[in-house]
Amino acid sequence: MSKEYILKTENLGIDFGGLTAVNNLNLKIEKNQIYGLIGPNGAGKTTVFNLLTKVYEPTRGKVIIDGQSTEKMDLVAVNKLGIARTFQNIRLFKELSVLDNVKVGLHNQKEYSLVSAIFRLPKFGSAEKEIESEAMELLDVLGLKEFADFKAKNLPYGKQRKLEIARALATHPKILLLDEPAAGMNPAETAELLDTVKFIRDHFQIAILLIEHDMKFVMGLCEKITVLNFGEVLAYGDPDDIKNNPEVIAAYLGSDE
Amino acid sequence: MEKMKQLFKKNNKNQALSFLLVIVMYVAIEALLKTGNLKSLYTSMLVPVCCYCIVALALNLVVGVSGELSLGHAGFMSIGAFTGVIVSGYLSNFIGSQMVCFAIAVVCGAIMAAIFGFVISIPVLKLEGDYLAIVTLAFGQIIKTLVNNIYLGYDQAGFHFSFVKNTIELQSGGKMFISGPVGATGTTITSNFTAGVIMILITLIIIYNFMNSRQGRAVMAARDDKIAAQSVGLDIVKTKTMVFVLSAALAGAAGVLYGLNFSTLVPSKFDFNTSILVLVYVVLGGLGNMFGTLISTIVLVMLPQLLRALNDYRMLIYAVLLIVIMIATNNKTIRDMITGVFNRKKAEGEGE
Amino acid sequence: MSFLSYLITGLSLGSVYAIIALGYTMVYGIAKMLNFAHGDVIMVGAYVSFLAIGKYDTPALVACLLSVFACTILGVLIERLAYKPLRSAPSLAVLITAIGVSYFLQNSAQLLWGTDTKVFPAMLGTNQLVLFNGELMISYVTIATIVACIIIMTVLTLFINKTKIGKAMRACSEDKGAAQLMGINVDNTISITFAIGSGLAAIASVLLCTAYPALNPTLGSMPGIKAFTAAVFGGIGSIPGAFIGGLMLGILETFSIVYISSQLSDAIVFGVLIIVLLLRPTGLLGKKIRVKV
Repeated sequence: MSKEYILKTENLGIDFGGLTAVNNLNLKIEKNQIYGLIGPNGAGKTTVFNLLTKVYEPTRGKVIIDGQSTEKMDLVAVNKLGIARTFQNIRLFKELSVLDNVKVGLHNQKEYSLVSAIFRLPKFGSAEKEIESEAMELLDVLGLKEFADFKAKNLPYGKQRKLEIARALATHPKILLLDEPAAGMNPAETAELLDTVKFIRDHFQIAILLIEHDMKFVMGLCEKITVLNFGEVLAYGDPDDIKNNPEVIAAYLGSDE
Repeated sequence: MEKMKQLFKKNNKNQALSFLLVIVMYVAIEALLKTGNLKSLYTSMLVPVCCYCIVALALNLVVGVSGELSLGHAGFMSIGAFTGVIVSGYLSNFIGSQMVCFAIAVVCGAIMAAIFGFVISIPVLKLEGDYLAIVTLAFGQIIKTLVNNIYLGYDQAGFHFSFVKNTIELQSGGKMFISGPVGATGTTITSNFTAGVIMILITLIIIYNFMNSRQGRAVMAARDDKIAAQSVGLDIVKTKTMVFVLSAALAGAAGVLYGLNFSTLVPSKFDFNTSILVLVYVVLGGLGNMFGTLISTIVLVMLPQLLRALNDYRMLIYAVLLIVIMIATNNKTIRDMITGVFNRKKAEGEGE
Repeated sequence: MSFLSYLITGLSLGSVYAIIALGYTMVYGIAKMLNFAHGDVIMVGAYVSFLAIGKYDTPALVACLLSVFACTILGVLIERLAYKPLRSAPSLAVLITAIGVSYFLQNSAQLLWGTDTKVFPAMLGTNQLVLFNGELMISYVTIATIVACIIIMTVLTLFINKTKIGKAMRACSEDKGAAQLMGINVDNTISITFAIGSGLAAIASVLLCTAYPALNPTLGSMPGIKAFTAAVFGGIGSIPGAFIGGLMLGILETFSIVYISSQLSDAIVFGVLIIVLLLRPTGLLGKKIRVKV
């Protein structure tokens, strides 16, 4: 009996025109695992995220989330299945308040009908109260509580990244995909983020798959790492294996032949 | 105390102002009417202003809140108006109270427009951007053409309907509700200003309640970023359909108010130009800004009347104003200049 | 034989739509805006040639050239005064401005020339080409319209693909910022596009009014909307698309008038548009854009 994987891919691949962007990818991510996906620029990391969340339809292979194949599912359906993500180029709901951004994430968690909304039936009041308190809780986890009434577009860059995490968490995912969460942060902020990510994993009991260029961050956080290069897996293993893998070093620094 | 604080939050300020505006205007106008100080020219504008306010609010729900352009909202008004004329004309045979007839007509007009809104939204929401707008334009034209060819009458034997060619021969005492391009004639006028104001208030309540609900948030989220919205599990087509149908229903109700305010009504009244006119109110009032929509609608509907002294030139001036306002509010250099002047004044004021 | 004659009538009407649609599509392609004032430029063009012939008795060709000249200048003026200040504004603001320009032109025409309908003179005569022993009669106007459309289409395609300005136009429609960095004068290129579109509108106005000789300040609205529909049919932004869309729309409209019902023809035309867009969401020849995530 194999281990229970929360996310598994089988020979996943996609071509854009004649170009193979990702090929033959086999990821296996366990429950509660923090997993790193690294590689040089253009290696296809974000494309993998787009395949996992069905922004792109794979050309080959399968994605299995919590035992269910995502074939014929769209973005919305895979989110409901338990996968949530952040974006490399921040995609917040710019005109909404910080609090409302998280509340949108809770859309499918606490429901009431349009009729109760328009006529303000009791169901509306009780559900909204729960939504409000859970949203505030999530903002608290990410340290955004005092910004709740800000418009999302007015937040500083680093806080916008954190808001994306809060919004993704609001959908109650089983696995959270973070696309360069530490980009644009200074070392102190990065260190703080590292603790936050660990806290999220422990508190919500979810798996986390992250793309990151900050090696200190990745090595300090991830339990397993896959290295991509030109869309193919270059290496796989523990942080220590990866650090000392000559092929990985060559890929990052370039090899002299 | 908590409630009071809530009331003055930025979002809620807009709401409070909208309700305040409508009520103050109503009281002021009623006072003028009672004392006979309002020119008949303006008296005749009261119900149409209410009607356009409701349609503009409804359209802002689609354009401002859900971020999709609709160029065919006059079609929903048309459906509402003629449904209202038929229902009210038919019911007046059985129900004595005009008010009850009117209320039922409004509900029926709204439902009919909502049904059309739903049917139209199926193809419309499969498309994006300008293509979506064009399909709403096409539907507006189709509705206009169809209504232009409907003949519907009523006599002791019941309803008579014909399409394209009028083949209806009514028994004596019968009445034609719609006669093709001639439209509705001999309608009993049951709309009035008070009903119009009540309808605006209800519209505001519906719209604000919608905007402050999970459905409203979902729609605005999808407007701001479609892919991010889907990635948090929002069914965008479903939420947009909701908005489209709700907006159609409100526009239909406004149509009833309009249709029952005139004894005659031609289908060509609700053409592309009417759709565009309402869109102008919405854009000038500010996308998603309901208070702004009310102000801009009231001002712009009245403006041609106020410019009446300028005779032939009034529409020309209207056009120039429209262009100038759009450039002044959207051109960065000019906008900076204007705000710069304001800020300097403010700074001088503070310095004293 | 009547089928063939209807087909030719449809092609001729479609040619007019195609010429107008080219103006819409070029402007959309480069400025990404729906220029709702385009129909009113047609109206101005019609009045100019009407006055030239009626008042000053100029030859038809001169009147036509005058009209082209006037509309070209008008088009550039509109672009410079009304649209250029809004280059970076939201598209809705530009749309409303275009509507303002449309009101302005209609009301100016009303003040200058009155609201009464005038009869456009027969510029190309009423002679007809008689074929198959009189079974098929085609007026020379019809033939001229179709020929004009084909010539315009060919010249325009060559212009866009072979000349330096054409290349600049294509570059601007892809990416204005990048075009600017490559040393292309974006403002001038956009002005040229408006000039060409408006000049074409003038030609269309003469052809339109020869076929339907009633002149009034709102004459451009309906052909404007129809031509716009034609541009969408073909895929807005695409020049061959506008051509094909225009011809299809003309034929479709003519056929639905003669074979189904003249009152319902508009509903049928727009109904078909909706179906086409459902099958091909960006029109027949429109490009699909991939969203980058």
